[in-house]
Amino acid sequence: MSATRPPNRLFRLFAPRASALLLIALCALSPLRASAQVTTVKPEIPLTAAQEKQLEVLLPDLRCLVCQNESLAESRAPLALDLKYEVRNLVAQGKSDAEIKQYLTARYGDFVLFRPPFDPRTWLLWLGPIGLVIIGLLALLWNVRQSRKPKATTTPTVDPAALRKLLDE
Amino acid sequence: MIPELGHFALILALGIALLQTVAPLIGYARRDAKLLAFAGSAAQGQFFCIAVAYVCLTISFVDTDFSVAYVAANAHTDLPLIYRVSAVWGAHEGSLLLWMFMLSGWTFAVSVFNRRLPADLSALVIAILGVISTGLLLFMLLTSNPFERLFPVPLQGRDLNPLLQDFGLAIHPPTLYMGYVGFSVAFAFAVAALITGKLDAAWARWTRPWTTTAWMFLTLGITLGSWWAYNELGWGGWWFWDPVENASFMPWLAGTALIHSLAVTEKRGLLKSWTALLAILTFSLSLLGTFLVRSGVLVSVHAFASDPARGLFILIFMAIVTGSALLLYAWRAPKLVSIGELNLFSREGLLLFNNVFLVVAAAAILVGTLYPLVLDALNLGKISVGPPYFNAVFLPMIAPLFVLVGLGAVVPWKKGKVGETWQRLKLPALAAVAIAIVLPLALHGRATLLAVTGALLGAWTIIAASQDVWRRIRAKRQFITGLTSVPRAVWGMTLAHAGLGVWALGVAFVISYGFEKDVRLAPNASTEIGDFTFGFVGAQEAKGPNFVAQQGEVTIEHGDHSVATLYPQKRFYPSQRNVMTESAVEASLLRDLYVSLGERFDDGSWSLRIYVKPMIRLIWLGGVLMFLGGCLAASDRRYRLAMAADRKAVLDGAQPA
Amino acid sequence: MRFAIPLLVLAVLIGFFAVGLNRDPRTLPSPLIGKAAPAFELPVLEFPKKDGAPPLLTNADFVGKPILVNFFASWCAGCQVEHPFLMRLAQSGQVQIVGVDYKDADADVRQWLGVRGNPYAPILVDLDGRTGIDWGVYGVPETFVVDARGTILHKHIGAMTPEAWEKDIKPLLVKP
Repeated sequence: MSATRPPNRLFRLFAPRASALLLIALCALSPLRASAQVTTVKPEIPLTAAQEKQLEVLLPDLRCLVCQNESLAESRAPLALDLKYEVRNLVAQGKSDAEIKQYLTARYGDFVLFRPPFDPRTWLLWLGPIGLVIIGLLALLWNVRQSRKPKATTTPTVDPAALRKLLDE
Repeated sequence: MIPELGHFALILALGIALLQTVAPLIGYARRDAKLLAFAGSAAQGQFFCIAVAYVCLTISFVDTDFSVAYVAANAHTDLPLIYRVSAVWGAHEGSLLLWMFMLSGWTFAVSVFNRRLPADLSALVIAILGVISTGLLLFMLLTSNPFERLFPVPLQGRDLNPLLQDFGLAIHPPTLYMGYVGFSVAFAFAVAALITGKLDAAWARWTRPWTTTAWMFLTLGITLGSWWAYNELGWGGWWFWDPVENASFMPWLAGTALIHSLAVTEKRGLLKSWTALLAILTFSLSLLGTFLVRSGVLVSVHAFASDPARGLFILIFMAIVTGSALLLYAWRAPKLVSIGELNLFSREGLLLFNNVFLVVAAAAILVGTLYPLVLDALNLGKISVGPPYFNAVFLPMIAPLFVLVGLGAVVPWKKGKVGETWQRLKLPALAAVAIAIVLPLALHGRATLLAVTGALLGAWTIIAASQDVWRRIRAKRQFITGLTSVPRAVWGMTLAHAGLGVWALGVAFVISYGFEKDVRLAPNASTEIGDFTFGFVGAQEAKGPNFVAQQGEVTIEHGDHSVATLYPQKRFYPSQRNVMTESAVEASLLRDLYVSLGERFDDGSWSLRIYVKPMIRLIWLGGVLMFLGGCLAASDRRYRLAMAADRKAVLDGAQPA
Repeated sequence: MRFAIPLLVLAVLIGFFAVGLNRDPRTLPSPLIGKAAPAFELPVLEFPKKDGAPPLLTNADFVGKPILVNFFASWCAGCQVEHPFLMRLAQSGQVQIVGVDYKDADADVRQWLGVRGNPYAPILVDLDGRTGIDWGVYGVPETFVVDARGTILHKHIGAMTPEAWEKDIKPLLVKP
């Protein structure tokens, strides 16, 4: 949407740009247009109980590419339904989780995986939190040791007047 | 006319905010009491202007004045009155005005309640809040003016996003912003203390109630957001680790750490520079959240339409505000010396552990949230970091916190004794273990690792937290005098900690024992999920004030008796040509039954999504308990009495202890 | 020194954000670039309509010269936006544009092209969207640049624009 008020030079500083709508949860709202998409009737794929379980665990880890903040388990976007069907089909064929993820990443890249793969790019992502815990605990111990050292060199009270003078300079 | 008045009030507020910043700083440098005293008046004048602007926008909405572009984009003549009022903060421009309204309100409160503080500290705090106001007002006036006129005037507005037409959403942003913005007061206190170089126990005591108040609002805001998402998004979930949720959760974690480190600084005079840093970080994370949500740098379910100019503005603003605060910190913090020995096994030692885990958890969420952006910026490809990552990283990281909560309630300041602690905690520990085994089996007949762990940590937290209050009551001869002798701060802490335990129980049970199923049902067909039979009667048309709906009827039976009949809807809002699912929930403390209506098939059957969510209410109940705990703690009379005493001590020229 | 660490962290973050502001987090690079185009076998949508079963075409039918493969649909808004440019591009004879009609009803697309003109030669029909999945399509319109040997050189997401054509695609076709 665009504001069509003519630009006023004097108040240009205060003139706004185009205002915008809140795009909240775009995908929970389906625009009617999408319904014009053709949905082909596909045969039901029966799964064994173990396969149902596999699917149930796998789908939340896969990201919908249309509604990018939903998983395939949640999403009702047409592409998500298609992909869910393909994944179901692969499960029925006895494919492993790794093979199914390979099928998807070959087409859409690592973006489809809500659980990023562990590779050199993501070492920091997966190991970082452990590193952070270690750093945090070390810092804590260091602090405790510091507090036990006698503080001969530091002045215990800071003279406010002196600081103020310092600041004024 | 009214929109122009609002616009003018905003410009005036900008002028006042500039004065509010500059005058006290000059006053501080020159030690000019008059200029220092001007801070309070400026803060009150600014609040008045913003209030006028806010009322003007509200009037424009109530009158559906479509000559205002923002109103035309977010209102409709059919929109019910309550949502016209809440539509003010329904999109970017208005929500900024709400932010600003809250900020000036907090500043106003500071100017009123800080009268007892040393004049220079009080004025500096207001000046720093003035910096933030100036930045936000510039942002609004330059890039996001809510009073922008639209010509030609449309006959009809484009209506409020239907997802926002919900009571939960009407009150969620104001509470959330109260929290975000409230942390700016703690930030201002920290920066002011870095400037004056005086960060002591009295400073911590002044800062605490402000921080607690901001924290309790943020807690409530997040809780409401979670509840709203559960009701409105139709996914049956309560937390999705979406960037926008993370953006609110990181300041919450940092703010929680801040509340606890402030306690250490107040009681023991320790962790001074750390507390100052936490105060800066907590508000900076709020700003970061604003940037992430409004700039479009991350994929989020709940992003405002992105505009690079806006993103750039917030980025520069953040760089200036946080950057200068951290620069000041790097320069002045080495001079903040904490004196006193720190023992690991003491209350302050345990609180330090609490801080490590909370801050590291916040940092880990930050890493996960920003990792895709960083990889993309380095041209290393696009990845997603989603719920599986966050759950795997976050849950183990906060588990130790629960153990700490129980210990912290009994271990004294300075130095604790292991034997004594064990004496006092062995019964609670035993009780928690018993509950952890019995509760999952009694309610669901099978135990999972997560359910047992959650019940163990939850029960332990609740029992250990309550026993302190119990002991205080028992110490008095009469129950009632005992009850009233417990200070509000202790009640507050206990309630908040118990809330944490309640939350853990809810989380563990809903993950362990929840069911969900996508089914396709023809009218009069039924399906079984868990112990329940869901029967689909059929669907028919229903009409609302500004929508038409397909309304399903679903009966739920448990064994032979009927539990409930639910009416999930699929709504069509003609004004925005949008379809929205309105799920139906039969709620109770022990389990929710949740049905949302999907698509209709050609043969007359419907796809339905059905969830059984055990104890999901406890998650929000926990949040509400934490909020109430915060209310009690922030209103403890100790702060009010102490303020007067401190003021007197300062006037007498003594160092407040 | 350790008191300056937070400032350094902030500086690094600001740097990343500044870069991030200029990128769209929703557009995905295709992992297929530099690889052979995924195999397909699709019926031709004859326009105007002819009698008899439409022929099936596969990758082999397009080897020999570079082509643009444009996934489109009559229900898609972005496709309306790019359509006039595709018409001009087709008429200029600079490149052959192969259209893949994605999850669309025959009658709808015939009417759509009838009103607007047909830039495609030929139009293939991907009724159930499986070819789209194989090509990693996640939202029409998407346009692939495929070279004479059937290798995908580039993918453009969203409506095709003259700028994108001049800057990203034309140079690829000129190269030997």
